[in-house]
Amino acid sequence: MKVNKTDFMTNEALQNLITSWIPELEFTEEGSQFLNITVQPEHLHQLMSQLKSNSETNFDYLFCLSGIDWGKELGVVYHLESTTHRHIIVVKVKTEDRDNPTFDTVSNIWLTAEFHEREVFDFFGIKFNNHPNLKRLFLTEDWEGFPLRKDYVDEINMIIK
Amino acid sequence: MDTSIANSNLKSEEYFINMGPQHPATHGVLRLLLTIDGEIIKKVEPDLGYIHRSIEKMCERDSYQQIVHLTDRMDYLSSHINNEAVCLTVENALQLEIPDRVKVIRTIIGELTRIASHTLWWGVMGMDVGALTTYFYGFRDRELINDIFEETCGARLTMNYNIPGGLMFDIHPNFVKRVKDFIAHFKTKLPEYDTLLSGNVIFQKRTKGVGILTKEDAISFGASGPVGRGSGYSCDVRKHHPYSALDKVSFKEILRTEGDTFARYQVRVDEMWESMSIIEQLIDNIPEGEYKVATNAVIKLPKGEFYQKVETARGELGVYVVSTGTKNPYRVKFRSPGFSNLSLLNHITVGGKIGDLVATMATLDIVVPDIDR
Amino acid sequence: MNLTLSITNNIHNWLFSIMPEGVASIAEMVLIALVYLAIFAVAGLYLVLLERKVAAWFQLRIGPNRVGYWGLLQTMADALKLVSKELTGTVKADKFLYNLAPYFVIVSSLMALSVFPFTREFQAFDINIGIFFLIAISSIGVIGILLGGWASNNKFALIGAMRSGVQTISYELSVGLSLLTMVLITGTLQLSEIVEVQKNGWLIVQGHIPAIIAFMIYMIAGTAETNRAPFDMVEAESELGAGFHTEYSGMKFAYFFLAEFINMFIIAAIATTIFFGGWLSPFGITESIPWLGVFWFIGKTFVIVFLMMWFRWTFPRLRVDQLLTLEWKYLLPLNLLNIILMALIVWLNLTIQF
Repeated sequence: MKVNKTDFMTNEALQNLITSWIPELEFTEEGSQFLNITVQPEHLHQLMSQLKSNSETNFDYLFCLSGIDWGKELGVVYHLESTTHRHIIVVKVKTEDRDNPTFDTVSNIWLTAEFHEREVFDFFGIKFNNHPNLKRLFLTEDWEGFPLRKDYVDEINMIIK
Repeated sequence: MDTSIANSNLKSEEYFINMGPQHPATHGVLRLLLTIDGEIIKKVEPDLGYIHRSIEKMCERDSYQQIVHLTDRMDYLSSHINNEAVCLTVENALQLEIPDRVKVIRTIIGELTRIASHTLWWGVMGMDVGALTTYFYGFRDRELINDIFEETCGARLTMNYNIPGGLMFDIHPNFVKRVKDFIAHFKTKLPEYDTLLSGNVIFQKRTKGVGILTKEDAISFGASGPVGRGSGYSCDVRKHHPYSALDKVSFKEILRTEGDTFARYQVRVDEMWESMSIIEQLIDNIPEGEYKVATNAVIKLPKGEFYQKVETARGELGVYVVSTGTKNPYRVKFRSPGFSNLSLLNHITVGGKIGDLVATMATLDIVVPDIDR
Repeated sequence: MNLTLSITNNIHNWLFSIMPEGVASIAEMVLIALVYLAIFAVAGLYLVLLERKVAAWFQLRIGPNRVGYWGLLQTMADALKLVSKELTGTVKADKFLYNLAPYFVIVSSLMALSVFPFTREFQAFDINIGIFFLIAISSIGVIGILLGGWASNNKFALIGAMRSGVQTISYELSVGLSLLTMVLITGTLQLSEIVEVQKNGWLIVQGHIPAIIAFMIYMIAGTAETNRAPFDMVEAESELGAGFHTEYSGMKFAYFFLAEFINMFIIAAIATTIFFGGWLSPFGITESIPWLGVFWFIGKTFVIVFLMMWFRWTFPRLRVDQLLTLEWKYLLPLNLLNIILMALIVWLNLTIQF
């Protein structure tokens, strides 16, 4: 993907800036087009609000919020873009707690996250603190289980090849 | 629907209306739960999932060629562009060199799809606000495009013409001539259609100043496509992250600042003109060459994560593939434009009237299978 | 006309010869009522077909053409279907009012139909307060709507009925006032006299500017009064908020449905009589053949009906509050000013007479 650059920060510049906020972050560009940041759940909200409010990064557009079952851990991947500087960054957060996975919500930072987080809750069972309306979105209220997890078993509906 | 919501909202003034899944104005199986006070809307809550087909889960067990066939059932009105998104993801991951011929044909057919989708949208928009005749006029022109597609791609709606590596077959010999005839015909019709609705005082009063979306809200809600551009937010993926042959053509990104329903309407109509201009720039100079590149029969993407954005008729579609090197993807996530566009429905219609809700929904142009996947 | 007059005279004399006077007049009235009921039914049926054909013409398609040559038996088939439907009713609905409501609408339409002069001396009921009677009768139709909504015991039907009732009552004002404007020229409320006055030129020509304004206001208000597009928000939102006739099925629904089309015919007929000369031919070309007047009347009425159908299939709908704003803030003051203007023109003898 080609990118138009205006005040665009390179991955290295972004990494230098963001490390200065929170030390315990992992940065990698391996296996991805963008800079990936892995953050601990307790620093998630702080990192996110700083990414948005800082004028050099100005990540005001959350364009994708996906839940992933990494096999052992459950995680959420946030793709952020800045509409003014046009740089893109990926933030990942994971937890090994499969019974009661919980992260902080970012719907008070980006309003689009409200629906996306409901979808993640619906399919993975990940709860979000302070979410205004955390209920299932696509499946019915009485559905049991979280379908997009890798250990989800459904004898009737799933056709395994 | 459980009664707890109904009971909590049954006060003396407010009442609770269900704009049920079978409804002409909801563009698919969408259920809206409205809480209204007389004529004023207090809250709109969409109830999704009526057409959820677990496409993302199916993608985890299918091969990459098979995933393409699942994507055109998502937003069936811009099915070609959905296919293109997945194919581009796979091709960029494998770092395949796609011939120029393929890129140009993909762009031309993509823009034709966009015109077809917007023509249908125009017809339905008129029908939603009450001018029932526009539905027939819109479909009549869409039929011409569908006939072109049928001749070249083999199908009218879910075309599956793109495969990872190129196109499924070469274009039909009549393709160039028919597209040029269509463009010439549509250029005479579009001003007539536009004046029929936008010149009408009743339509203007129904749509101006209604459903206003500010630019900050558009960015925060992740609005894309004409919904975002109607509020002055420059979000055209074709400009910011060009793909296929889009970096070789020159076109304007249509922006309007008012952010109301009428602005979104005008953005879409102007986009049809821009699409026609793109096609005209490309149609005479389709480069010679192969129509596909050979790939392995079993495609395995390298280990890693890949993201591709495209601009469908509705907005920004994103395909996020996580691969562990096997023949099936580990996780596929489709970031659908309708999903984010629908989430702002409550924000822009609260405080308005029911008639405004119908007009606003029409300009958000959502296709519910796109949202439910 | 002499032929028809002699037929009616013959029937009249025959009835009075075989029965005592009181019974004969009642029998005569019943006969006339049956004739009008037949006209009502046939006209309603063919108006529905006309609407479908006109709609198809605007939408570049053909419309019904399978049932009968050119689709002429289509509504017959639809009527048969409606008659054979089960008459459902809700459990807690007020049975008496629920059954009564459709009859209000039909009766008011039939009564209005009876006062029109189809041609010279071919009028069922030539009352000297013709226009006043017409406007009064059309107000009775509103009762049917409100009763239908109330008696359905359905919250949404009630709300739909009230909105429809509000719309009808508001626009009756405009209809009445615009007709009043024309009465200033004619000087009489009696419908046959009004047509006689138009032998000097149709009233829309006689009154020129204020008459044209009155006609335009009348067309808008008339379309709104029958809840037709572009003022049919109440019915269109019936998927959302339920119109007043949701709980009706089968024949009772057919009554409401037919009454809407007959109301449209009545609005057009009033316009023809008051503004366009009723059964008179333009420039008096067929004045010597009076029975052609029926064809002129029907022809003019159908042109106006076509105009109303044209509105429906072209314009988007107005929102409910925009609809009421239009009436109370724009049409009503305009109407009142127009009356003053017309009064001035009549007083200063500026009407165009031929």
